[in-house]
Amino acid sequence: MINKESVTKKFGDSITFLENDSILVSPDLWKEFSNFLEKNNFDYLMCITSYDLENDNMLGLAYNFYSTKLKKYQEVRLEFNSDVEIESVANIWKTADWHEREAYDLMGIKFVNHPDMKRILLPEDWEGHPLRKDYKEPDFYNGMPVPKDKSYWE
Amino acid sequence: MFKVIDKSIIGADEMILNMGPQHPSTHGVLRLKIVTDGEIVSHIEPIIGYLHRCFEKHCENLSYEQIVPFTDRCDYLASMHMGHAYSLAVEKLLDVKIPERVEYIRVIVSELQRISSHLIAVGVFGLDVGAITPFTWTLRDRERILDLFEQLSGARLLYNYICPGGVMHDLPPNFISRTEDFLNYFEPKMVEVNDLLTTNKIFIERTADVGILPIDVGLNYGVSGPSLRASGVANDLRKDEPYSIYDKFDFDVPVGKGDMGTVGDCWDRYWVRVKEIEESIKILRQAIKSIPKHDGDIHESRPKKIRPMKGEVYSRYESARGDVGFYIRSDGKNVPTRLKMRSPAYCNLSILNEISSGWMMSDVITILGSLDIVLGEIDR
Repeated sequence: MINKESVTKKFGDSITFLENDSILVSPDLWKEFSNFLEKNNFDYLMCITSYDLENDNMLGLAYNFYSTKLKKYQEVRLEFNSDVEIESVANIWKTADWHEREAYDLMGIKFVNHPDMKRILLPEDWEGHPLRKDYKEPDFYNGMPVPKDKSYWE
Repeated sequence: MFKVIDKSIIGADEMILNMGPQHPSTHGVLRLKIVTDGEIVSHIEPIIGYLHRCFEKHCENLSYEQIVPFTDRCDYLASMHMGHAYSLAVEKLLDVKIPERVEYIRVIVSELQRISSHLIAVGVFGLDVGAITPFTWTLRDRERILDLFEQLSGARLLYNYICPGGVMHDLPPNFISRTEDFLNYFEPKMVEVNDLLTTNKIFIERTADVGILPIDVGLNYGVSGPSLRASGVANDLRKDEPYSIYDKFDFDVPVGKGDMGTVGDCWDRYWVRVKEIEESIKILRQAIKSIPKHDGDIHESRPKKIRPMKGEVYSRYESARGDVGFYIRSDGKNVPTRLKMRSPAYCNLSILNEISSGWMMSDVITILGSLDIVLGEIDR
């Protein structure tokens, strides 16, 4: 976990400490904050999780960092409206490259300054972002009807 | 140090070559879009998702108990590890205490699984570089582990055995003695692998000095497990932050030393796996010697209904391929609102372009084989 005092000294009240030592950062500060994390020896980005908050089109991202030098963990979260574009951190941690593509693919989060933003797991012509809570299964895919009656599968 | 071939001397036009998704050397349904300059690779774009089964979306509609069989199908060569990793995450969320015997059972099956997974990795790696015999020999030994697991859980590949709060059943009566018999049989057999592959001149020529992965690049890409340790960094969660009861066992973390070439080459990645099999045997020997008896019900710590409090958890686990992470968000229901699996092979595969540019086409197969990917886990 990162030194609380140094964070508050640099960023003041614009960040919030959550109960399990994770930090909630506002999306416009994210670029600055990611540089700050890199300077503080958080060299290993383990995972980026995107999530749907289910109210007012709010989405979230959870970044789990680990410092191999200090043996410390840090979770950073961003919560924002689905229209907001998030700064990509793929230039700092290359892990973010594929994880951000996945977050875009499955959750529809937009990233700016990403080297190669496109779908990763789903086909390029897929419509919608399946992990959104309001995602509706399409009736057709490439002209093929999607089976709706699944009783015989069970 | 061996030098990557300078592309400027050839000066031919670049061409795009597709490898996969039905190519046996891609270890599943992986497609590689390779930009080549003659025989020399200038860029590789792995195209994944052919095996995408919406694991994370399924999890949002399943109760915590029902997710266990789905996790098995992620990494189908190390199902026990996936079940164990998921169970640890749920237990962290629920804060339950596991009986000691159950922890021992988990360690025993996890280490057996690590051996079986590494046997596949080593054997298939040999197959990738053209050695067919080691594959049949390692598969023969792996069968014995699968026989043990069949007696344990009834299945040979997807066990559904480790579950949140415990295990599905206690060990069968003669399981410990059969495991011991297996270890006595298997330990001398490792010499065969070494004779066939490790010191084989052709194998060394194909793998040493090829596809060198520096530590800082590996960490930057999130590479983990044996693939990262081959670069000379002893990053093993079993040692760094012992989960379960790994702190009770005495074992080493093998790292790549560059015995045959440079630190972090394909040979090192292979060798680290072979050494890890030996370390797993060491752990197993200690575990079967000291496994305690349990008075009372082995299922006592398994919750009747899993309904965690509101909250989030991120838990890590050292699987055969690397650092498996589960991020679970709960809002107090019996289904998770969001479950994300951090797949180690997904991050390990993303390094492919970085370490194979400048090498020959045939070296791409070697490098891919040395990363030991499982597409079920990458695509989820």
